[in-house]
Amino acid sequence: MQDLSTITDAIHSFLLSFLPGWLTTTVECVLIGVGLLLVYALLALFYIYYERKVCAAFQCRIGPNRVGPWGLLQSFADMFKILIKELIHLNHIDKFLFALAPYLVIIASMLAFAVLPWGNGLQIIDFNIGIFFLIAVSSIGVLGILLAGWSSNNKFTLIGALRSGAQMVSYELSVGLCIVTMVCLAGTMSVGGIVEQQSDLWFIFKGHVPALIAFVIYLIAGTAECNRGPFDLPEAESELTAGYHTEYSGIHFGFFYLAEYLNLFIVAGVASLLFLGGWMPLHIPGWDAFNNIMNYIPSVVWFVGKAIAISFIIIWFKWTFPRLRIDQMLSLEWKYLLPIHLFNLVLMVCVIIFGWHF
Amino acid sequence: MLTLDIFGISNNGLLAITALLTGFALVALAMWIAKLISPRSFNPQKGEAYECGIPTRGESMSQFKVGYYLFAILFLMFDVETVFLYPWAVQMRELGVDGLISIAVFFGVLVLGLIYAWRKGALEWK
Repeated sequence: MQDLSTITDAIHSFLLSFLPGWLTTTVECVLIGVGLLLVYALLALFYIYYERKVCAAFQCRIGPNRVGPWGLLQSFADMFKILIKELIHLNHIDKFLFALAPYLVIIASMLAFAVLPWGNGLQIIDFNIGIFFLIAVSSIGVLGILLAGWSSNNKFTLIGALRSGAQMVSYELSVGLCIVTMVCLAGTMSVGGIVEQQSDLWFIFKGHVPALIAFVIYLIAGTAECNRGPFDLPEAESELTAGYHTEYSGIHFGFFYLAEYLNLFIVAGVASLLFLGGWMPLHIPGWDAFNNIMNYIPSVVWFVGKAIAISFIIIWFKWTFPRLRIDQMLSLEWKYLLPIHLFNLVLMVCVIIFGWHF
Repeated sequence: MLTLDIFGISNNGLLAITALLTGFALVALAMWIAKLISPRSFNPQKGEAYECGIPTRGESMSQFKVGYYLFAILFLMFDVETVFLYPWAVQMRELGVDGLISIAVFFGVLVLGLIYAWRKGALEWK
């Protein structure tokens, strides 16, 4: 398993050879920022293309195929088009909050993005309460959405924002409880520590029944968290035109679009961190030859591959299930997922206390 | 223990601030570029709310359904509960059965709260 921290350490000692300490740290922070920005933008472009291709496959179409080979440049064209559209000045909006909302949405997803375990030695923020930090920052996003809906001074946006708020806070409970369940199994909240705990076997196999239940519930709640799939009622086109971002135009709208795709990646990334081992290759105790072959695949490929595979399932949900009504959405969370998960937490505790896990 | 400090920076707060500023810079830069290259034209009709074509009636920043508020309060109760579960979850193996009993009492009170809200009809969307 190659350790990517050798690369960062090499850059660190190279910079330190001709710069003072504080300047080195500054340059490194700038490097991290540029890296984050590039990966963020590239992943967003990839996800736009990916979703359109997957959607096309489900509907027996080809999808984007004109711009560039296999339509690969389509999402670049889309982004450029969004950038050159006019930013319309509206009459009766709350200007400050209207401008603030995209900042909150993007910053929340960027902070959550930096916590993900990208590879062996390639994790940016690693608090000892990392996973807790992650759910704390990702819930700032809902504030951005509420502000966007409220400040637009439009009835559609207000209803969309309130629906989105109700949905995101409700499903946040399930996400939080899933994470508590897996923290019980891991015995640590640090993201690096959780990955390290799975070096012999992934948690979904270690925790068997309760981990599987938690995984399914996490996928459902995560889909609702990023306002997608059957839970896209905050932006139900047929009822609310475009929900909370109806009044946003040009790049302003683009930020919400960007954050939506990145939230999809973050949800999938957290699922792969908690259940499928983060960047950890598939290891089976006793199968040394197999484990060594798996170690040859780079850790970044493992992490991004798992996240993309899980996002495929979430996109699949979107094109398979019809949209829920708001009362169905709330009763699914409060009457089914929450009680099931409270029971599941007790089950997980029993499994750990009596040593039934692998 | 694996070395997880990127570039040997052990101050995670600094890294978090870097990520925050990166998010800020992304929005600010994109807004700046968009303002430079996007067209601008003024038309009093364009600034109206996008609703149905005729002028909007009444205030849009108005009162809304109380149901949302009710779910927000329920969320607050359960979210705080989840926060209290985290420290116990980390220390669960060390605390063993004693910790389990203490948390079971806490847990029981909250489940009773959920049952109460359910019986009162707070979970119905009317």
